[in-house]
Amino acid sequence: MPVIVGVSVVVFSIVHLLPGDPVLAILSGANATPEQERELRAQLRLDDPLPLQYVRFVTRAVAGDFGRSIFTRRPVIQEIAEQLPSTLELAATAIVIAGVVGLALGLLAAVWHNTWIDRAAMLVALGGVSMPSFWLGLLLIFVFSLQLGWLPATGQGGVSRLLLPAATIGLNYSAVIARLVRSSLLEVLGNGYIETARAKGLSEWAVTLKHALGNALIPVTTIIGVQLGNLLAGTIIVETVFSRRGMGRLAVTAVLDKDYPLIQGVVLVSALGYVLTNLLVDLSYSALDPRIRHREAAKA
Amino acid sequence: MLPRVLRRRKSALAGALILVVIALAALFAPALVPYDPIKIAPAAALSPPSLTHPFGTDQYGRDILSRAMTGARLSLLTGLGAVAVALTAGVVVGLACGVIGGWTDLLVMRVVDIMMAFPGILMALVVVAVLGQGTLNVMLAVGVSLIPTFVRLVRGDVLSVRENAYVEAARALGCWPTRVALRHVLPNVVAPIIVISTVAIAWSIILGASLSFLGLGPRPPIPEWGIDLSSGRNYLLRAWWISSVPGFCIMLTVVAVNLVGDALRDELDPRLRSLANL
Repeated sequence: MPVIVGVSVVVFSIVHLLPGDPVLAILSGANATPEQERELRAQLRLDDPLPLQYVRFVTRAVAGDFGRSIFTRRPVIQEIAEQLPSTLELAATAIVIAGVVGLALGLLAAVWHNTWIDRAAMLVALGGVSMPSFWLGLLLIFVFSLQLGWLPATGQGGVSRLLLPAATIGLNYSAVIARLVRSSLLEVLGNGYIETARAKGLSEWAVTLKHALGNALIPVTTIIGVQLGNLLAGTIIVETVFSRRGMGRLAVTAVLDKDYPLIQGVVLVSALGYVLTNLLVDLSYSALDPRIRHREAAKA
Repeated sequence: MLPRVLRRRKSALAGALILVVIALAALFAPALVPYDPIKIAPAAALSPPSLTHPFGTDQYGRDILSRAMTGARLSLLTGLGAVAVALTAGVVVGLACGVIGGWTDLLVMRVVDIMMAFPGILMALVVVAVLGQGTLNVMLAVGVSLIPTFVRLVRGDVLSVRENAYVEAARALGCWPTRVALRHVLPNVVAPIIVISTVAIAWSIILGASLSFLGLGPRPPIPEWGIDLSSGRNYLLRAWWISSVPGFCIMLTVVAVNLVGDALRDELDPRLRSLANL
């Protein structure tokens, strides 16, 4: 909660950190009409004391009113509502791809630890971590759209147009997950109870999947939570590469156009989404880890 | 420390060698480049890799190799500069918080929590939105987005080092708090700071190039990997080399930094494994 208040203060301050007269600074890039200037002045009411302005900003924001975009003249909340589903769809598909590929690579590497499979998997992962998403995206476009002609390169709508951008983010992200699954699994596999499972004659795969994986996934969940921010980063860039609509695209155009009401809205919504997902990740621990569940039960 | 890591790990040595080559190419680019990286030569536009232009030319006939070498300067500078910003802020604030504790610590950590609520690139976008576009601002933006990670790491380690008997001894002997912090605590938190800095450099190079790719960084015709990659986007079929060369350069640099970073982490601080995945 204090974090959310803090976030709102930061977002509120964006306008006040501008050099010079904020209204003029905001409108400088916009070819604004005097009418727009009047409206913005009325909207911001910069002569009031700062705390009062802040309270007004928050009251409006809570009601979903972030003002109007300087360029399109439409309510910011409407712009966001139009772009959000596209980004959520992209992010969700990317997470699924990342999870499946990352888990598979990590498992392979851990089970065949110190063999060429391990080394190959980790090399792929290193490449994935080091590959900027815009470059990966262009490579995918080059191969799958331009050379093979399997999938459309850009635009909106349908699974075929979702697959490449989601794969771009997903593969980037899966590299991180793979490295983590591997190291976490290796750590868990060193435990005594794993020896027990092996001793009773289970195959290595059964040991890994049934006994080790559950515990190994706990640190992985933490990092996935932290990495959700990077996923958002991924959408910002990938949406530009694939000319998709979405929050990321909206954020970039807003910054390029110096469309401050829009920047404020997008940043606030994204940050809130990020905080919320991290909260969900925290909550999911107790579902994953009986130890935490019991500790919390004991405390209560 | 570094020589030992390099001797023991071949992959780290490979990474370090690649970095040295890239750094030298960047440093001496003005003297080494075969062509002017900015001057337009329409007659040579879009020529494929050949003996005269090893990596081909772009849509304006500019030599890709020359642009890539010159572009390395900005990318490396952004990476190092951003980490320098984050490192300075992180060490000063983290050390102060860890040593002083109390209200200061509480307050600063709240601020850090708030900064953490903005995922890296979003924070960078906000900073660019306020400061405006440009090379220096991108560096600052990337640096600022890294500050919370650094502050948290340094503070956490300072808190655990502070509990050691030798720190208590120093305090009992009547050392000033600043002396305790600088002479007794700081040297013992250097290892994780080095590890995280290496990873952060890789991250900064990618983020910096991303911002230029989006058009928020330096402006064309300045040679920069992100810009060049973006400008080749519309020529993928006719001239794949325009985007591929800068793209490959970014990847190679980041792989090299990560190779060194991974080795350093394993040698210095295995505990950081998850953190270093930043």
